[in-house]
Amino acid sequence: MTSLRPELQKICEWIEPGSRVLDLGCGDGALLEWLQANRHITGYGLEIDPENVQACLTKKVNIIQADIDVGLSDFDNGSFDYVIMTQALQALQHPNKTLSEMVRVGCKSIITFPNFGLWKHRLYLATKGRMPVSKNLPAQWYDTQNIHLCTVSDFETFCKDEALSISKRDFVDYTHRSDSLMRLWPNLLGEVALYEINGQINAK
Amino acid sequence: MHFDEPLSLECGKTIEQYDIVYEAYGTLNAAGDNAVLVCHALSADHHAAGYHSETDKKPGWWDICIGPGKAIDTNRFYVVSPSNLGHCSGSTGPRSIDPKTGKAYGPEFPMVTVKDWVRYQKRLADLLGVKQWAAVAGGSLGGMQALQWSIDFPDFVKHAIVIASAPKLSAQNIAFNAVARQAIMSDPDFHEGRYYDFDVVPAGGLKVARMLGHITYLSDDAMGDKFGRALKGDKLNYDYGVEFEVESYLRYQGESFVNRFDANTYLLMTKALDYFDPALEKDGDLSAVLKDIPTKFFLASFTTDWRFSPERSKEIVKALTDAGRDVSYLEFESNHGHDAFLVPMNHYLDAFKSYMSNIEVSA
Repeated sequence: MTSLRPELQKICEWIEPGSRVLDLGCGDGALLEWLQANRHITGYGLEIDPENVQACLTKKVNIIQADIDVGLSDFDNGSFDYVIMTQALQALQHPNKTLSEMVRVGCKSIITFPNFGLWKHRLYLATKGRMPVSKNLPAQWYDTQNIHLCTVSDFETFCKDEALSISKRDFVDYTHRSDSLMRLWPNLLGEVALYEINGQINAK
Repeated sequence: MHFDEPLSLECGKTIEQYDIVYEAYGTLNAAGDNAVLVCHALSADHHAAGYHSETDKKPGWWDICIGPGKAIDTNRFYVVSPSNLGHCSGSTGPRSIDPKTGKAYGPEFPMVTVKDWVRYQKRLADLLGVKQWAAVAGGSLGGMQALQWSIDFPDFVKHAIVIASAPKLSAQNIAFNAVARQAIMSDPDFHEGRYYDFDVVPAGGLKVARMLGHITYLSDDAMGDKFGRALKGDKLNYDYGVEFEVESYLRYQGESFVNRFDANTYLLMTKALDYFDPALEKDGDLSAVLKDIPTKFFLASFTTDWRFSPERSKEIVKALTDAGRDVSYLEFESNHGHDAFLVPMNHYLDAFKSYMSNIEVSA
């Protein structure tokens, strides 16, 4: 598991063995590969980048080349135990639509995103008066793929408004530290936020 | 290969005996599990790879994918490529002599379907000592055979490679085939399919059928890039001769096809396409048909293919994911239209090779 980046290691702990998993924007397929080998999951990765798709094939991960922004209409309601989307929320055209599709298709959905409310970003903006650029968000405002950045508070407010229930949450930094202070003030100290959401509280 | 055991066909008729011509590349292993069946599309045949002689202008139709170190690596796999029943390149077909009458079958040759082909291919596999296909692979109509194999003999097919294909023809697809058939059948030299007796061929009709087909294999972009509005001569003549390059090209394609292909076989092959509908028995629910099969799938489509567009491949992918089957699906950028599966493009060949190299076979 040590080969996986910190937030993916956390996700692995959340996934029940033998589950059916859909990984949106699965990158090189590292998470699915690990879950297949160690949690005996079945499922698919969705990915659009040709190089990543090629990497998934090499890893023997079921890969479907598709654009998440186009939607998940090819998947039936509740057809997966988990729908996972790591670090892709902020790059989507319509994150709200994708989230509602995720909870439609998956019994549980796991989402991770970089917390824009991190103190470093706030400090950067406050002192320099410019859009934060960091090791983890290295692109400039004009060429970033991250067009819908949000904070921990934004996301939780969204879930409340959309009647999505949060069943698990955790926060890590890029050194895999996940201390109690971070859990106490996640919006200020959490670098990457992880959520498990359970579909609509009141099924619409 | 000669088959004496009668084959009862989907149409209700039986063919008492038949010959199947095939090419094979590589070596079958002792376990008989490293064989790959390559299925040809409408107009190709058993000559899938390599050159027959030094004077050959072109290698086999899928030479880009079959050979040492290629996607279907003949150092690992034993590749079997037959010409289908009904074809005109050595396997028994309408042009062959019917032993009952001593004359060519002509229009009496029974309708053959993709399902029928899978059944003779199974017999061929048994005779060759193949215990399980490591993969059944094909593009277009060939991909349909791979899909049908996974349904009819699921335990015999480890992997199905379905490229630029469709789960069944659309009304538009059938319409194009119908026009092609009409072109052949309305040729005065067709003689209701008995043209062999008159020592003629319905060349004009077959040529038009091929020209029409060829347009559907290319994309608008590819034709535009290749010909644009370029003229054959140096000026417009305001007559009905060949004025544009694209007309000249299509005529050439049509004429060279007439020299190598039999009109009755063309009719048969288009009908086999029309009839293909593996979900028919389950009221169109392909997912139900694929529910319990162990075969793993690799599907690919090409962006400018409008004969069997990416959406058609996605229908198969959806059926497979609904059924919980293992499937990978890739969509390649290409401006070569339907013919893209025959065109060497690195991303396509690399992906295909990656998938094939993960297929495990005995030593």
